[in-house]
Amino acid sequence: MSATTALPAALAEARPGPSAWARLRRLARRHPQIVLGAAIVLAFVAVGAFAPLLAPYPYDEQDLSNQLRPPIWAGGQVQHPLGTDEFGRDTLSRLIYGARISLVVGLFSVVLAGALGVTVGVIGGYLGGALDAAFMRVADVQYSFPYILIAIVVTAFWGPSLTNIIVALGVAGWMTFARAARASTLAVKQRDYIVAARATGAGHAHIMWRHILPNIAAPLIVFATFQVPSRILAEATLSFVGLGIQPPMPSWGNMLSANRGYLLTQPWLVTLPGLALTIVALGVNQLGDGLRDWLDPRLRGRTE
Amino acid sequence: MQRVIVARLIQTPIALVAVLLVVFLCLLATGDPVEMLAPPEATAADKEQLRHAYGLDQPAIVQFGVFLTHAVRGDFGRSFFKGKPALDLVLERFPASLQLAVASTVIALLVGVPLGIIAAVRRGTLVDQLAMGLALLGQSIASFWLALMLILLFAVNLHWLPVSGYQGPQYLVLPAVSLSFWLLALLARLTRSEMLEVLSEDYVRTARAKGLRDWAVLTHHALRNTLIPLVTMTGLSLGWQLGGALVVEAVFAWPGLGLLLLESVLRRDYPVVLAGITLLATVFIVINLLVDLLYVYVDPRIRQGSATV
Repeated sequence: MSATTALPAALAEARPGPSAWARLRRLARRHPQIVLGAAIVLAFVAVGAFAPLLAPYPYDEQDLSNQLRPPIWAGGQVQHPLGTDEFGRDTLSRLIYGARISLVVGLFSVVLAGALGVTVGVIGGYLGGALDAAFMRVADVQYSFPYILIAIVVTAFWGPSLTNIIVALGVAGWMTFARAARASTLAVKQRDYIVAARATGAGHAHIMWRHILPNIAAPLIVFATFQVPSRILAEATLSFVGLGIQPPMPSWGNMLSANRGYLLTQPWLVTLPGLALTIVALGVNQLGDGLRDWLDPRLRGRTE
Repeated sequence: MQRVIVARLIQTPIALVAVLLVVFLCLLATGDPVEMLAPPEATAADKEQLRHAYGLDQPAIVQFGVFLTHAVRGDFGRSFFKGKPALDLVLERFPASLQLAVASTVIALLVGVPLGIIAAVRRGTLVDQLAMGLALLGQSIASFWLALMLILLFAVNLHWLPVSGYQGPQYLVLPAVSLSFWLLALLARLTRSEMLEVLSEDYVRTARAKGLRDWAVLTHHALRNTLIPLVTMTGLSLGWQLGGALVVEAVFAWPGLGLLLLESVLRRDYPVVLAGITLLATVFIVINLLVDLLYVYVDPRIRQGSATV
């Protein structure tokens, strides 16, 4: 769970020289993970953002004369390249709209968890004392509870809706950010520039906002990248058990639960949404891995 | 170290009560179980009587006090739906959950740790890349989807293993494997990074310079020093595997605690939810305490009191 505080060496040394294109090619050669991950993530973001333009059909358009069609490689039709479900709804279109849900949940729940956790972590790490101890004890207890259990209890209480999913995943995951931000703050707060700022009479809030936060931001952004896939998988899990996105709105998780009964007869209805989920999660994880290696080679292969 | 453990012993129950209070208040705030309990033809008076019978007409803090005093004696009330004591229902499910949690953790350790060691020793080779690729996949795959795919392959197509149920050891294989994959990935990455750090230490170089064979260096000098983070992670994850297996349990109809909690949360069966969460929290505390004690065993520096963790 450690996060580095040093300014990334690669950034510090970056100086104008070769053209942007040449630098990009060098980056691709040294860190192919970044390029591969970024390509998947960009495609995912584009599909999610422009879902209504890309999807050949509305997600809820039923075609009862074309139910349970196989994908094109299993003898399906060109009109439905990935086949149709039990109501004759186009699987490709539903996957495209599902990407939008994953994108929104992945992004906003991480932002929420990050905002909560970093606030607690920086304040606790900077001020220390009883407040810090109390924060960390609560984090310890919550950390020992399975993350998905907390999210399930919260969404079951408040009812399933997009907002509640995001809030549940944010609340269930603040403490990993709090720990990372606290560790970084502890490492930074003894630095000369903080001591200097204090000597000039700067207030605590000013020091935390203007001096600590910018100096711990880079590792925290990498850390946040790693949190996105687990939120996307968590949303799918919630939707799979019926506590997430409600039909007919498609999410990759509720597509899996709705199509589960067709595992024996129309397995592609179960393989395709899961494959989409895995590829996106893999892409974001690749990007995170690559970014971390690039920003701080010492941490190569570290677990977060 | 003793001071740390004593402090833990005092702080943790307080934190536990705080967690239970939050869960309790959330439960109360989200709706009236009487509406779900009462038959549709029940009158307002009937509902009032039901509410009184379950103590639901009392102020929240009084209800929590009553809950705590009973809970300490192991009395969590009766399930709203099954009529049996909530704790009995929870304890009935515990062995199945424990089997699954232990089996999946053992698989993850047996595969993940050697994988991490090989990747570290053969750093930068194809073996390393394959191991880390597998680890990345493990962190990117939803366990319930992996479960469905394993069913499709090993139960439906190959007929090697049963689809679901709880009738013998062969029923444990697929759920345990599905549940172990993410942990396996985590342990492989953790082992690799810890090994890489340790392998660059002076004492490892000294051991090599002494002419010790690779294997001896690895087991006696390197692996020993990666144990602390591994023990911590394994301890924590045993708790996660116990309570977090609910979706995998649901896919395999595995009669564990997670499945019971999932059903009870969906039905607002408060006594069972609270009994389950209390049991899980207690198990987590015991595991964490054992992990702290294990530190003393694996790290001589702590044993001699010259360092604290």
